[in-house]
This record gives sequence, structure tokens and C-alpha cells, in this order.
Amino acid sequence: MDVDISGARVLFTLPIDLPILGELAVSETIVVSWLVLLILTGLCLWLTHDLKVEKISKRQAVAEMLVELANNFVVGNMGEKFRYFVPFVAALFATGVCSNLISLFGLRSPTADLDTELAWAVIVFILITRQKIKTSGLGGYLLDFTKPIPILAPFNVLSEIATPIGMSFRHFGNILSGVVINTLLYGALALASSKLLGLIPGVVGAVLSQIPILDVGIPAILSFYFDWLSGLLQPLIFSMLTVMFIANAAEE
Amino acid sequence: MEFLAKGIALAGCALGAGIALIAGVGPGIGEGQAVASALEAIGRQPECKGDVTSTMILGCALAETTGIYGFVTGLLLIFVAPGMFTGLLG
Repeated sequence: MDVDISGARVLFTLPIDLPILGELAVSETIVVSWLVLLILTGLCLWLTHDLKVEKISKRQAVAEMLVELANNFVVGNMGEKFRYFVPFVAALFATGVCSNLISLFGLRSPTADLDTELAWAVIVFILITRQKIKTSGLGGYLLDFTKPIPILAPFNVLSEIATPIGMSFRHFGNILSGVVINTLLYGALALASSKLLGLIPGVVGAVLSQIPILDVGIPAILSFYFDWLSGLLQPLIFSMLTVMFIANAAEE
Repeated sequence: MEFLAKGIALAGCALGAGIALIAGVGPGIGEGQAVASALEAIGRQPECKGDVTSTMILGCALAETTGIYGFVTGLLLIFVAPGMFTGLLG
């Protein structure tokens, strides 16, 4: 019984010669990400076509509710002047949820690859730094590192770098731990059912032991926690932290 | 000799992965205390159940971070480090 836990498979490589990276490898992560983007684009188009002012359809009511939720989330946490962050935070959240839940269809979720989260976190980090420089100027931003005493400057730099690393690892670790534990559980249950049914003598046992009967149902309980709960919670935390960090950067 | 060096490197990786997962103890205690306090709060004021629960879940997910760091370190030690070390040793 082999249990295979591996990273995202490389599906094909593009024969482009990049300066440092060499050939461009297109992995499962990228292809599934395209699928996620397609789904989200389709959903947006379907939700927003044919909008009316009066006698709205159920579809429009759902769309309005979602937009209202995103508005309340961002404006409630950041204040009215950051209303232009609503599309960004909503896109981050929607991409996160869709990427996590796509594992329910048997695909490898793009968020089980650190690259995806690290890309998001780097974008957020750039936004935070931009906001800090905007509020206190470049000199003020650099001076902030020497507070409260100049000798702590290296630690301040470290804590600044720890922000994107912490944000991306939190999301990545939660999703990947789900993938690893689910794979181990499927392998263990398949082994257990083949050994149990192999106890039946004769041809019947030999045939039945090929079918991993115990794999039906039992993993669904764990999948509820790992796919649904952390799949919905982690994007929420990611966007919550984004909102909080940017709002904090604007306060100083 | 080389065999011994590889063996020591692999054993170090495996032991390190095990030790890294001790990091799970902290979040376990922390989350347990968070849930206990939330239950107390709900017991005192059952009408705030929704608010307390959602804040608690958010706090638990944040407290999980250090455990996740340990888990990622363990994964690196199991899946990445052995290849690196055995590659270095030839």
C-alpha cells in the first residue's frame, strides 16, 4: 500500500528562456488557479447581468447582499476613507474561498502550494508599506525602524518581514495539513478495509478486498473540518489581517 | 563512512521533524483556554452566544499560527531536507 504525498505536479513546461528561472514550468497549481479565476469571472458575470432598479430578481438580491457584506466588512474595520479597498479585499476573499473549496471536486487546491499565498501576502505587504510611506513620508517610515531605541532596528526589520511570512504560512499550513491528513486517512482506511475483507475466505474475499469500502463516508467527517471550516475561515482571517494591517499603517 | 554520514543526516531530519511538532502543545493549551473562557462567557450571558463564538473562532485560528510554523518546519524536514543533505554528501 503506497501513500503518495507530493507537491503540485508539473503538467508541462513552456519553452521560454527566462533570465534566472529558466524554462517556465506550468504546474497543477497554475492550471487550477486559472479554473478558479474562470469560475469567479463566470459567477460575477452571471450575478451582475441584467440588473434592475425595481422588481429585482433573487439573483440580484444575492449579488447585492454579497456587495453589502463586503462593504460593511471593509468600511466597518477600516473607515469610510478606505472604501476603495472593497474590490481588492473582496477579490482576495473570493479567490481564497474558491481555491480552498475546489478541493471538494478532487482537484488539488492552489492554496496547498505556498506560492499562491506568498504572492497574495507580498501584494498585501506592498500595500501596507505604501500606506506607511503615504502617512509618514519616506523619512518617517525609515525613522520608524529606530523606535523605541535605535539598537532595536534589526528586530523591527525582522518583524516587518515576518508579517507576509506569517500571513502566508498560516493559510498554507491549514490547507496543506488538511491535504496530508486526508491522504493518510484514505490510505489507512483502504489498507484496513482490504485486510478486513481479505479475512473472508475464497473468491468473494479476494474480490471484495480490492474495494476500499471504509473510504466511503468516514473521511467526510474530517473533510467537514479541513475543507469547509478552515477553507472558509482562513480566507476570512487573511482578509481580516489585510484590513487591520493597512488600517493600522494609516493611523501612525 | 559516507553511508554513516547519510544515515546520521537522515536520522537528524526525522528526529528534528518529531521535535518540531512539539510546537503543537502551545496552541493546544491556548485554544483550550480560549474555548473555556468563551464557554464561561456564554454561560454568563447566553444572549451573546453568536458574537462570542465568532470572535473565539477567529482568535483560535490566530493562535494556531505557531503550531502551523512547527508543522511547516516538520514538513520541510521530512520532504525537502533529506534530499538536500544526501545531495550534498554525494
